[in-house]
Amino acid sequence: MSRARVEERVFAVLRWVVIAFLALITVAPFCYMLLLSVKPIDALLLDPGRLWVSAREFTADTYREVLRPASEGGQGFVRMLANSAAVSLGTVALTLLAAVPGAYAVGRLRFFGGRHVGALFLAVYLFPATLLAVPLFVLFARMGLQGSLTGLAIVYIAQTVPVSIYMMRNYFATVPRSVEEAAALDGCTRLQTVRKVVLPLSVPSLMATGLYIFMIAWNEFLFALLFLVAKPEKWTVSLGLQQLAGGIEVSKTVLMAGSVVLTVPVVLLFFAAERMLTEGLTSGADKG
Amino acid sequence: MTTTHRRAARRRDRPLTAAQRENRAGLAFVTPTVLVVLVVVVLPIAWTVLLAFQDARLVDIQGMGLLGDWTWDNFTAVFGAPGFWSSLGTTLVYAVGGTAGSILLGLAAALALRRPFRGRGPLRAAMLLPYVAPVVAVAFVWQVALSPQYGIVGEWGRRFLGWERAPAFLSTRGHEVSLLGLEFEIPLALLTVIAFETWRYFPFAFLFLLARLQAVPATLEEAATVDGATVSQRFRYVLLPQLMPVVALLSVLRFIMTFNKFDDVYLLTGGGAGTDVVAVRVYEFLTARYDVGAAAAQALVLALVLVALLGLYFRFFAGRTREEA
Repeated sequence: MSRARVEERVFAVLRWVVIAFLALITVAPFCYMLLLSVKPIDALLLDPGRLWVSAREFTADTYREVLRPASEGGQGFVRMLANSAAVSLGTVALTLLAAVPGAYAVGRLRFFGGRHVGALFLAVYLFPATLLAVPLFVLFARMGLQGSLTGLAIVYIAQTVPVSIYMMRNYFATVPRSVEEAAALDGCTRLQTVRKVVLPLSVPSLMATGLYIFMIAWNEFLFALLFLVAKPEKWTVSLGLQQLAGGIEVSKTVLMAGSVVLTVPVVLLFFAAERMLTEGLTSGADKG
Repeated sequence: MTTTHRRAARRRDRPLTAAQRENRAGLAFVTPTVLVVLVVVVLPIAWTVLLAFQDARLVDIQGMGLLGDWTWDNFTAVFGAPGFWSSLGTTLVYAVGGTAGSILLGLAAALALRRPFRGRGPLRAAMLLPYVAPVVAVAFVWQVALSPQYGIVGEWGRRFLGWERAPAFLSTRGHEVSLLGLEFEIPLALLTVIAFETWRYFPFAFLFLLARLQAVPATLEEAATVDGATVSQRFRYVLLPQLMPVVALLSVLRFIMTFNKFDDVYLLTGGGAGTDVVAVRVYEFLTARYDVGAAAAQALVLALVLVALLGLYFRFFAGRTREEA
């Protein structure tokens, strides 16, 4: 057999090995999470290696305990879900508001210093969050904004604006110039053109960007920890789960139910818009 | 005097050219975004630099002005603090390991999923799960799965691999391993954290590499096949040169992100057992000791080290990859 044939066979097998391995490492942890969330804690401690849960054991008490408000002896995740949703939606609105004009200018218009501004936006993406954490921590302590969800949403703008500009500017650059020129001939000012022509045409990109921002804000942990930790009634789900996991009095299976509650919204959103999202993120990557 | 006046007036009356109007529109549109970026990113970072040179603690920051007494104390404290250099080394190992791991796994995934097969769509979507799932949830799942008491990994290791006892993956600094009769120690917790980083971020590399792979014209590979190139040769001499610019970009991006990473390490190990990366130290200075000045100095040193490393990278490697591509 020639080297070419040997290699072809080896790599054909290897390809399926890699595919099986990838399926295992990406899906298994989430199945494990689901599995433990419906198991009673003693069943887990008794036989940690078992991969199924019998109908007799199956329990939804873990979810009940996680979701019930703290006043009724639960962990109050419903309120945290509301907090997380409020912060994330607020971040989406604020970021889009701040990023759309800049992304349009950088992606479409030729103006003095435009390239430098574009480079600045990209550079901001690379600034480490730790550099931001210190002054914002001090500022919030000083202004008494600790525990404020609005303050947190404003801080998140710093995390989301650069990547939003990057995603939208590539899309704005693909809106045909002729459409805008037609609008201009019909007497639209530049602002009207953007509002009535460019933005409606860019809804897919705006949605993808909005979703991505939502995911970043929903998953964020460091700033939530720095700013909200003293006020349990303002905790986001991420922070709440981490704080509970640190204690010993809550059983691991209950915390797994909490993990599921934290993960499900983001994963559902992601699957609803997967194609849109991955294309929005990597468009432009294939240009090298 | 009067003629110049008149000429200037005439110039003002003349309608703007299209380029001038575009210039004005561009400046008008970009200004709000630049202002927001200045306020939420650039100003806080500038303040970090100022704080790093002041003796600032959170208790007396209320009464302190923006410009206090300048001092180098924070930097001498940071460099003199026990464990600073080892922490920097740990950060470097962690960043290099996480970057290389996620790009290599992402590359393998992109190559395996390149051609269509039944179930590719769902698998492609599922592969992004580690990247989109909340870090707190997945870190917690890893913690439970790796727990020596009730974790599935340790249990299966005992049952199927004949381990004597399950190692504490996340709290063992050095783990004795004997291989071929040789005894040596591996930094188990650090390796586990690197594995987590690899797992969580390979989808990111996968997405970008797959997009680039699918843009490679099929004729290139066909020509190579006709010339008798084997699978590995086609990868080495046709695909890899096409992928190099994306790999270089990903390396820089992932290195920067991993170098500054806080939450992954903090959530998995709390920075213990030989995983005390610098970002976790910044957090400790800030919250455990309320030493704002030292935290700022530490963050600044971290950023400067990063800039220096990137400078080295671009000096020595960037030019070469561009030539290869």
